[in-house]
Amino acid sequence: MTVSSLTQLNALTGGLFLLSTFGIIAMRQVLGCLKMFVLQSIFLAISALLLGYLHQSIHLFAVAAITLLVKPTLIPYLLQRTVGNEVTARREISQLINIPTSLLVAVGLTIVAYFVATPLLAAAGGAVAGVNLPIGIACLLLGAYTVTVRREALPQIIGILTMENGAFFAGIAIAPDLPLIAELSAAFDVLVIALVMGILTRKIHERMGSTTVSDLKTLKEV
Amino acid sequence: MGLLFILIIPLAAAALSLVPADRRFAPAITIAGALAVLVLALKAALTVIKAGEIVAIPDWVSCNSLSALILLLVAFVSLTSAVFSWGYIERHTGADRVKKIRRYYSRFNLFVFSMLAVLLFSQVALVWVAVELTTLMSVFLVSFENTRQALEAAWKYVVLTCMGAAFALLGILLLYWAMKGAGGRTFTWEELTAVSRGINPKILKTAFIFILIGFGTKVGLVPMHTWLPDAHSQAPSPVCALLSGVETTTILYVILRLLPILNVSPSIHAGEWFLVSGLVSVGAAAFLLIQVKDYKRLFAFSTVEHMGIIMVAVGLGGSAAHLGATYQILSHAITKSLCFFAAGSTLLIVGTREISSVRGLIRTSPIAGGAFLIGGLAIAGAPPFAVFLSEFSILQAGIAGGHYVAITLLGIFILMAFAAVMFHVNRMVFGKPPEDMIKVALPKTAVISLAMALVPVIVFGLYIPDSLYQLLRLAAASLGR
Repeated sequence: MTVSSLTQLNALTGGLFLLSTFGIIAMRQVLGCLKMFVLQSIFLAISALLLGYLHQSIHLFAVAAITLLVKPTLIPYLLQRTVGNEVTARREISQLINIPTSLLVAVGLTIVAYFVATPLLAAAGGAVAGVNLPIGIACLLLGAYTVTVRREALPQIIGILTMENGAFFAGIAIAPDLPLIAELSAAFDVLVIALVMGILTRKIHERMGSTTVSDLKTLKEV
Repeated sequence: MGLLFILIIPLAAAALSLVPADRRFAPAITIAGALAVLVLALKAALTVIKAGEIVAIPDWVSCNSLSALILLLVAFVSLTSAVFSWGYIERHTGADRVKKIRRYYSRFNLFVFSMLAVLLFSQVALVWVAVELTTLMSVFLVSFENTRQALEAAWKYVVLTCMGAAFALLGILLLYWAMKGAGGRTFTWEELTAVSRGINPKILKTAFIFILIGFGTKVGLVPMHTWLPDAHSQAPSPVCALLSGVETTTILYVILRLLPILNVSPSIHAGEWFLVSGLVSVGAAAFLLIQVKDYKRLFAFSTVEHMGIIMVAVGLGGSAAHLGATYQILSHAITKSLCFFAAGSTLLIVGTREISSVRGLIRTSPIAGGAFLIGGLAIAGAPPFAVFLSEFSILQAGIAGGHYVAITLLGIFILMAFAAVMFHVNRMVFGKPPEDMIKVALPKTAVISLAMALVPVIVFGLYIPDSLYQLLRLAAASLGR
């Protein structure tokens, strides 16, 4: 494959990656959110594969393999094991801002991401970074937005994992040759996040009988 | 080799704490481990003073003057906190719940490990991982009491700091990009400083802002501080001493290590960023301190104030202000841990965290009341304690540097915070105790750790040993260039 067709394929993957992030915001059900997250992680791995082929870099192939192992497989498994089926299966419509408005906000955040990324790309450049950096930043912001507006525990966890995915999506373009130990421990870290937050969600469920974490507001200044 | 042992010992202690032996085994092994780490940290600090940076594994594990200073503080506070835990956790959870107690000590050691790792890793990507681990290892310590409030605090803590960590991750990756662009080879602090002249200032600035927002969340800078008073008040008191006393400083260390790299490009205005975010934090904390109802939240907001003061001191620039900043790091860590031990002892005696239901503490329990009074005076910045001297030296350095507006604001905020803290402490310590107050004896270990924590608070206000002064000076020098 030629360089330009690889870059184009990567741009397509980037578009799908962003689309799946929008999907996380648009989903009404917890399980739907989780499925969108799985899709998003697969696109992250595909982009890492394409860039690895482009740069002839073993590092990025390893990153793709680690991503595939951890994010679309282990994390959903762990979340379902720790949180329990009852929570994941339940229909979830409670969020602070309704979905059509949320999608408009998401478009706005994506434009902001391009504003942040453009001067950086002008300074350092690179065709691949031109796709991955703004989309990565957009995904980071959209993840933060998801955490803020969702009222349930599990979508908030997915929001945080989305933020990490965004940072990694930018990372495979701008920092393709990080030491493998760093990549491995970062993947381990993400796994521990899912585990810790999953267990905490279960504890909250056991004590409160619900996982609507936005109802937790006893601690504040009077 | 010493540095590697500092990392290995807490890990080993964490594993050993889970061994189903006598119920005193887990606390004993934790205290022994903390003591060993303190001795090794002292040795490392002395080596740094004499011979400069120690490199245990090139490009991976090393220790410079700033990390040696904070290493000492983490080691000291984890020792006193381990001693305090012994009686406190047993009294609070019931001595028969052996399994829960073992899990507590295991997590305690893992948490200490993660903080030590932040300081000793020199590979910046791994430092990020270690920072994230400090959150993940302490979440279940915050939720330890398993009440509704504790779970709420833990949830806010993990969600907000993980969001921050994701922002910081992008910042770190951008930093890597900038370093590669400047021809850097390995992603270490040393290499970053070495190539800092060639780094593109635009990318560096964006990276810095992402890292400041991200790790600033964990340090408790306003407006990202909202989780801090919750987590620092709901966790068991010995954990609060670690969270408030040294964890915040440990994360601040990561931001401070960027300073010499940022200062190369004047277009970034790094000093102004530090100064403004510091002043906002001090100001907001000064107002929030007035209206607190809970004495652990009082000390938590005081942490926000002190982190702000350190940021201001760093932002003022110049060797005198930087020396003030390192001195403030030292005085805050030792004093804040004492405050939380006093708060924990008070909680054991009165059984409530409300300021309004505590009166005449010094008559109910002279030890807890006395410690609370000294801790309150010391953290508010009354002479002759260490915080007074460090705050005074910062104000002095700022006036000498001609930063009149910033220093006036800082002075007003510090005075407000002083008045607020003393008002609340005064109400609790003096007066007539309620009729139905039962006298409860404090656990022996609580008294011992109060005494241990008290020594540096009093001594370092009057006299600083020469070698410690050297370390403070070297750490301050590492901030400038």
